[in-house]
Amino acid sequence: MGTKVSDDNPAGGTSQATRRQFLAEMARTACGIGLLGLGIGVYAQRAGALPAQALRPPGALPEEEFLAACTRCGLCIRGCPYDMLHLGRLGDGVPLGTPYFFARQAGCEMCEDIPCVPVCPTGALSHELTDINKARMGLAVVSDQETCIAFLGLRCEVCFNICPIRGKAITLEKEHNVRSGKHARFLPVVHSEHCTGCGKCEEGCILEEAAIRVLPKHLVQGKLASHYRKGWEEKAKAGESLVTPDLEHRYNLPEGVRYEHGGKGLILEKAETPAPSGPADVLNRGLEGR
Amino acid sequence: MASYSEVGKEAVQAKGWFGAYKWLILRRLSQVSVFLLFLLGPLAGVWIIKGNLSSSLLLDRVPMTEPILFLQMLAAGMAPAVDALIGVLIVSLFYLLVGGRVFCSWVCPLNWVTDAAYWTRERLGIRGGARFSRGLRYWMLGMVVVLSAVTGTLAFEMFNPVSIVQRGIIFGMGLAWAVILAVFLFDLLVAKRGWCSHLCPMGGLYGLIGQLSPLRIRADQRASCNDCMDCFAVCPEPQVIKPALKGAGKGVGPVILAGECTNCGRCIDVCSKDVFNFGLRFNNEEKVESLRGTTQQP
Repeated sequence: MGTKVSDDNPAGGTSQATRRQFLAEMARTACGIGLLGLGIGVYAQRAGALPAQALRPPGALPEEEFLAACTRCGLCIRGCPYDMLHLGRLGDGVPLGTPYFFARQAGCEMCEDIPCVPVCPTGALSHELTDINKARMGLAVVSDQETCIAFLGLRCEVCFNICPIRGKAITLEKEHNVRSGKHARFLPVVHSEHCTGCGKCEEGCILEEAAIRVLPKHLVQGKLASHYRKGWEEKAKAGESLVTPDLEHRYNLPEGVRYEHGGKGLILEKAETPAPSGPADVLNRGLEGR
Repeated sequence: MASYSEVGKEAVQAKGWFGAYKWLILRRLSQVSVFLLFLLGPLAGVWIIKGNLSSSLLLDRVPMTEPILFLQMLAAGMAPAVDALIGVLIVSLFYLLVGGRVFCSWVCPLNWVTDAAYWTRERLGIRGGARFSRGLRYWMLGMVVVLSAVTGTLAFEMFNPVSIVQRGIIFGMGLAWAVILAVFLFDLLVAKRGWCSHLCPMGGLYGLIGQLSPLRIRADQRASCNDCMDCFAVCPEPQVIKPALKGAGKGVGPVILAGECTNCGRCIDVCSKDVFNFGLRFNNEEKVESLRGTTQQP
């Protein structure tokens, strides 16, 4: 095979042989490199997934962009005065060499000057972040109402008090305790508008396993369909009801008694009740301050 | 060629022990210095340099960024940030001046591992193994770039033993020791000088940068070569020596011009006839040499 050429041209045989060798070697190398690249690519896709409990430092770009921009240099870790940032080591299950923190171990202390951000050479931690309150490292969520002792009716409020944006990112909503029938429950409620995802609430939660957790926002936050409108907001905007005008609800109440909806509730207009007086009436009157 | 344990004996006889190991000692000192410089911060709290070889900050002011990381970032579709751009220019310019693969021989922490593997391999007399095509590292480089572009991440950094090892030393090993072991065993058993001289795409990129470097190894005294072949035995890239060393009479000058040369200087050490020396790439005419060449030829 291939000798026909060399009959005409003695030099052709060798040049064809070397060309064939060359092509074979090129093909071999290309295939090898292709396979290796495929392997590394698949491995990188798997190993590049961030576990849900690992949070990025403040200012981190969205994860996909972050993985393209972070040089794995660890300068942010050196910038952090609290040593709460870690660099993913081989076997840690975090994309190799990238910075992360576990809120339960230690949350972000939210330094005002955000020293971890300006040292980032590539902008993987965006230098546009200058107000730490605008950081969005994740979003807190009360993940377990069965164990959160506030839901059990106890006063805890540790997450509320430890929150660096106290009173805004987590508020306490008072609610009637149906179980006891006479107490209030002070329930922690997270507001995504203010929560930076610093993780202090999860770090501080007094339970053995935290009932409030900070997770990447996309794992926590719901999204209303774009056509949803909140009627009360639209009404407030328009200054009046957008559908048929509200009819005042009429309550079938005895004379001298009124019910104010969304306000005081039952109102006794007359000091004296028309009912015959008895011991209970005297007591009731006493309650009204008479 | 004499057995590996014989290599360099002539040089020791001719120049003394220090003369025959000078550049190797200097090179190890350089590697240790870089190593310690990066560890000085985390261990002693003296922050001359922060970060690691991927990106670092010298004296809290001068940014440096590894060219291959920068290349991957671009390929992955990120617009370069100012610090990274300045950093990569500083690093590239430095290696452009002193020789691209000076990184490989004077700085890279993995060089310890592969040199140790080569030494062990020669001592144990292990022969054979996988053969790679010469341009493999450039294919690897291309693959790394394509991979970043396709995955949109710095995919190779999940795999790159150079950064894994250095980062491991500075920020905590994890399983990085397994990578060191893997590279050692690969170089020992699978392919002679497999990683550094064939596969490593960082070496490939630095090789390309080094093509233009003014600082080079020259075989100025090539006429006095006695064909002991010791330089070929110690050189991590022996193919680069031949044109310069044996080019007299073929119109090839005495300067080693291949980008693959790591400027490690072992050939200078190991030569009992002082054929090699560091010099500049200029004055690479054959004239001086050809005079001697003609006297020898007839």
